Amino acid sequence: MKRLPRLMLSALLAAPLGLQAATQEIHIGYLGFEPDHGPVLSNILPEPADAGLRGAELGINDSNTTGRFLKQHYTLHATSTDRQDEIVQAAETLYQQGVRLFVLNLNTRQLIDVEAALNDDVLLINAGSQDNTLRTSQCIPGMLHTLPSRAMLTDALAQWLASRRWQRWLVIEGNQPEDRRYADSLLRSAQRMGATIVERKAWSYDTDLRRTAQKELPPFTQTDEYDVVVVADERGDFGEYVPYNTWYPRPVVGTQGMSPVTWHRVVEAWGAAQLQSRFETLADRWMNGRDYASWAAVRSVAEAVTQTRSTDPNTLKAFILSDQFQLGAFKGRKLTFRDWSGQLRQPIPLVHPRALVSQSPQAGFLHPKTDLDTLGFDASESQCSVKGDS
Amino acid sequence: MFKPPFLKSLLLSALMAAPAAQAATAYVSNEKDNTLSVIDLNTLEVTDTIEVGERPRGIALSKDKTRLYICASDSDTVQVMDLATHRIISNLPSGEDPEQFALHPDNKRLYISNEDDALVTVVNTESHEVLAQIEVGVEPEGMAVSPDGRWAVNTSETTSMLHWIDTETHELVDNTLVDQRPRHVEFSQNGEILWASSEIGGTVSVVDVASREIIKKLSFKIRGIHPDKIQPVGVKLSADGRYAFVALGPSNHVAVVDASTYEVLDYLLVGRRVWHMEFTPDQRYLLTTNGVSGDVSVIDVDALKVIKSIKVGRYPWGVVTLE
Repeated sequence: MKRLPRLMLSALLAAPLGLQAATQEIHIGYLGFEPDHGPVLSNILPEPADAGLRGAELGINDSNTTGRFLKQHYTLHATSTDRQDEIVQAAETLYQQGVRLFVLNLNTRQLIDVEAALNDDVLLINAGSQDNTLRTSQCIPGMLHTLPSRAMLTDALAQWLASRRWQRWLVIEGNQPEDRRYADSLLRSAQRMGATIVERKAWSYDTDLRRTAQKELPPFTQTDEYDVVVVADERGDFGEYVPYNTWYPRPVVGTQGMSPVTWHRVVEAWGAAQLQSRFETLADRWMNGRDYASWAAVRSVAEAVTQTRSTDPNTLKAFILSDQFQLGAFKGRKLTFRDWSGQLRQPIPLVHPRALVSQSPQAGFLHPKTDLDTLGFDASESQCSVKGDS
Repeated sequence: MFKPPFLKSLLLSALMAAPAAQAATAYVSNEKDNTLSVIDLNTLEVTDTIEVGERPRGIALSKDKTRLYICASDSDTVQVMDLATHRIISNLPSGEDPEQFALHPDNKRLYISNEDDALVTVVNTESHEVLAQIEVGVEPEGMAVSPDGRWAVNTSETTSMLHWIDTETHELVDNTLVDQRPRHVEFSQNGEILWASSEIGGTVSVVDVASREIIKKLSFKIRGIHPDKIQPVGVKLSADGRYAFVALGPSNHVAVVDASTYEVLDYLLVGRRVWHMEFTPDQRYLLTTNGVSGDVSVIDVDALKVIKSIKVGRYPWGVVTLE
């Protein structure tokens, strides 16, 4: 980790905001947890280890290009680790150095711990956990979320399935806790969209599907007739082998097959081609959902700094949650935050590995405020009040 | 890279260049086909399709209307087409990924947005020299040069600014912050007012050129269409000073604005994802490029009615017209 001289940093942060002639320094901390996900069957195309970090870096670059004209300068202080026990300490170190704005590519446990360890004068943005509970019952005071919740993803999928009238689902889930959470989220979405779960099955993991998928999966998926197989396998352990091996000739969707995602290389409309190309120049790989969430987190902070000319965490948070905030983020419309859960509203692309299939919300799913709120948890379904607490 | 046009189009162009066929003509760039569609403005029909470089987007005429400049974005060049023969006669060093550009009234200096490089490149169209490269915001897009030639204004989409470039010194002297994702800028004929569209912000800022301050912000409302889908891109002002037309992207409408009171008078339904527009030389019609439906809508300017749509190539982007 890069250590900054503490005194110098605090001096910069303490500089009076009225001094327009001086360059405004904005320090953003980035904490990334890069755990070993364990062995998976389908490991041919591994996920990049620095997912998230490179998005934050691009966000800083984009903001500095803008900042040049406004006498603003953004610096990223990034720490990534694969050790659970180092996260909180890293957050405290950054805080002591004067950093107050944080992009957190962490899991739920770590987010809770980091928030508890720091004082209230911080802006925390979750760009790492999709857990629905963080947006409903397990609210972390003052935390914003740029990564969509699982419910936003599964609602996006369920709307599309409803618009295709593929309403009988066979749900197959893996054995990881996050697979169960994805499957639970699917069930909620099915209920909202009036879909029927023909059967919910857990994959047994007792054969090597790389050799035997053709033999094993057809009988495994031999149930009452369904329109679609919905897979919940976030790590990508067995799900890649399900398409084309189902008992009935039916499409596969969910974490494999056609997937609802935060971001993907195939998204190119609405100027996204330019974002993709900037990212590829920077990182020499494709931009994924975690990169996008960290990019959007940095850009949200920068947009608020530009508009308020402040670096005070609470001023920025209040602005971000106000109806004056708007983020252009290459998803075809301006993005805003939900002022109850702190969740970034956003369209969800539905993709297969080589093309964009659709983007939800689907036409016809209406909402009194914005159709983006048909994805995920609406105010009445959430106990969070991110605006009230800080 | 660029391939020479088909023999067929050469023959056709030869025919079209014959004196009998002096009809007004429109050229439309088809971003996903690497072609230009040629439209006869008397019959309102496509008469030719010309192969050009990769991903043609912005197109502009030389002041003497003998040449067409084409941003071939993925070929990283600005192509120069001779309008008499429809042949590409040279490629200008445009910088990478040129998207839009504007020609200075001196007919020499071409100001080009390099979308991937956060630069504006200034090229001398005669000597093919790069005169300057000016650092601007992220994703430079819209370009306009003031009628008196003093200002070149560039919009940067992710930075959400108008960048004011002094054409004498080629220095960036001022920036005007506008709403999210500014796409296009257009000077009024007298050069006093600059219109700037913000695609994601959903607004058009009217800027006083002398003070470089926003004096009015227009927003748009179309019954039955979600406000987020109303995304202003192209702006065109009628020569008589009466109207401003604003292309509203995926809302598939063009707004008609009173250019003196800034009141929105009407919304005209056109093809899908309307971006750029141009008047016919007699100002009778306004042509719009509709990317998703792959066509051009023809608006009767007096009647404020859409009278025809003309199928062109895939993803029509820019349009110019000439006598």
